[in-house]
Amino acid sequence: MTTRAVTLPGGIVLRVRPRAAVVIGLLAVVAVAVSGYAVLTGSYRLSPGDALGTFVGGGTATDRFFVLQQRLPRAVAALLVGAGLGCAGSLFQSVSRNPLGSPDVIGFTTGSATGALLSLLVLGPAPGSGTGVGVGALIGGLVTAGAVYAISSVRGAGGRQQLVLVGIAVGAMLASVNDYLLTRADLDAAETAKSWLFGSLNAISWPQVVPAGVALAVLLPFAVPLGRPLRLLEMGDDFATALGVRTARVRWQALLVGVLLTGAAVAVAGPVGFLALAAPQLARPLLRSSEAAPLTSAVTGAALLAAADLGAQRLLTPFQIPVGLVTGALGGAYLAWLLATGRSR
Amino acid sequence: MITLDTALRRRTAVRAAGLGAGVLVLALLLSLSLAVGTRGIPLGSVWTALLNPGDGSRESIIVWQLRMPRTLLGIVVGAALAIAGVVMQAVSRNPLAEPGILGVNAGAALSVVLAISVLGVSDAGDYVWFALGGAVLATALVYGLGVRTAGPGDGAQSRVRLVLAGAALTACFGAVTGTVTMFDTNTFDSYRFWVVGSLANRDTAVLGHVLPFIVAGALVALALGPRLNALALGEDVGISLGVRPGRVRLGGLVAITLLGGAATAAAGPISFVGLLVPHALRLVLGHDVRWLLAYSVVAGPILVLAADIAGRVVARPGELEVGIVTAFAGAPVLLWLVTRRAGRSA
Repeated sequence: MTTRAVTLPGGIVLRVRPRAAVVIGLLAVVAVAVSGYAVLTGSYRLSPGDALGTFVGGGTATDRFFVLQQRLPRAVAALLVGAGLGCAGSLFQSVSRNPLGSPDVIGFTTGSATGALLSLLVLGPAPGSGTGVGVGALIGGLVTAGAVYAISSVRGAGGRQQLVLVGIAVGAMLASVNDYLLTRADLDAAETAKSWLFGSLNAISWPQVVPAGVALAVLLPFAVPLGRPLRLLEMGDDFATALGVRTARVRWQALLVGVLLTGAAVAVAGPVGFLALAAPQLARPLLRSSEAAPLTSAVTGAALLAAADLGAQRLLTPFQIPVGLVTGALGGAYLAWLLATGRSR
Repeated sequence: MITLDTALRRRTAVRAAGLGAGVLVLALLLSLSLAVGTRGIPLGSVWTALLNPGDGSRESIIVWQLRMPRTLLGIVVGAALAIAGVVMQAVSRNPLAEPGILGVNAGAALSVVLAISVLGVSDAGDYVWFALGGAVLATALVYGLGVRTAGPGDGAQSRVRLVLAGAALTACFGAVTGTVTMFDTNTFDSYRFWVVGSLANRDTAVLGHVLPFIVAGALVALALGPRLNALALGEDVGISLGVRPGRVRLGGLVAITLLGGAATAAAGPISFVGLLVPHALRLVLGHDVRWLLAYSVVAGPILVLAADIAGRVVARPGELEVGIVTAFAGAPVLLWLVTRRAGRSA
């Protein structure tokens, strides 16, 4: 973990860790390469030249339709949602001091799903109309996260498993609410809701992608500087306080940013499972440190979701399965492997 | 010594009396379950209808053909889940263990979905065998992942591991279940009603199918009671008392699978009963597994019948499935337990 200080013009000192910079750079290249492959290939193939041509206004009408309207929004959405969930996961895991304290394990995404289902099935807007569902998901997620955090902080700091266990209990209850809502809807609405529930990037378009991009652009700059104080926090509150970290404030900020990032991601794609859990876990060994750096986790998440969505599009062609099913299956297997090899601390 | 002996005998008498009181409460709930519904029947008419099974009156048909099967199913399922919960918590020494939250339901669900979709099984009565098979497989996997990987004496770790192993398998199974229901609308339509857990509209034959498994599981559990007690004192103490931990665990696993699997097969996934009942009983009875088992035979049915009746009353003229009601009653209790335990150990 060597750190080099680079002095920028104007006297601003930037701490750069060469290894982190290389890792982040490589991951970003992987993410973009996978997305590029997804854009160029499929049932309608394009050459890289043609695709580039469409960006500057060239290409046939078909090319333009496939690249600009169909594949690009989906590829961009995968990167944004993956980055948001990966970053949120690292924040949650640091705050709960538990590698399993990610938003989907602690019931947060189930709560988003409940909110979205309520807006979809009870308030009943046209299925697929993004705004109502997104707002419902955001509110549901925020309320659940607030409830889980409040309940788990009852009686002070009750050990680092507390948040996870409370989240599992709340998640179980909300999952049963979701099942119930599905039985009360008519079959068509229930099917629409269900495919959303798994987390899907199918049929995504620019009006859904743009807000997510804005949210990420605003929130990431808040998340990245939290990495260092959070790392100190993981070593214990006393230690962190001695080094000048304002523990309560850092924790509060990290949770808020994490909740908002997750909410933005879920509003676009639905509750894509396990990404927030796995991305920081994979980022740690890459950095060769226990630090779950928010930025590295974000880039890892983007690369993971881009790859998973490519699989979701192509695995069962001509059917497109929701990407959440791919990440759910992979993530469950991964968690099982963590347990079997005893790496979950 | 004499006073101690008297005190023990007195405690036993009190507990036996308590058990008797539980049976009375259960009898009361049983009659309520026959009387309450979309069409309420006065208790007096219920009694008349019970005595005249074949007289063709509307009351008699409702009581004997609709409410009696569902009530009996509730009693059997409640007892099975509660006993399974006691055994599972004793075997894993984990107060959070419960058949429902440990992936058993997800295994049963996956198996049922495959049966409907791949094999074209359409009769809900036939789901039983598939649900049972899926539950068996899932229990074995969760147990293998969650318990055997934990080191000896590592109580807190194994607690969390078991829950997480359940979460991991639930995610995997859920993804496969989701993929199947994604492409198969008919399967999804049957599945979404199965998965909430209900006692209503079950074929009477279902009870006959699952009863042998539940009785067998309950007998294994009751036979294990004393050994589970010895094991609760610690592995070394248990061995010095002549108990073989490995065998007891295996027996417990068999009982859990038979009971939890059969209950899920009969009524769909009903969570939190197996968690809640042993916990509530431990607060009153302490840690003697034999008493916990005896009481759970009565307390499980009380909870399930009460939840089922509540579901019929709350959402009139429709009804809430029993699985929804138990989740809503159970989750807050789980939360309370988690925060309470943490507060004590901190």
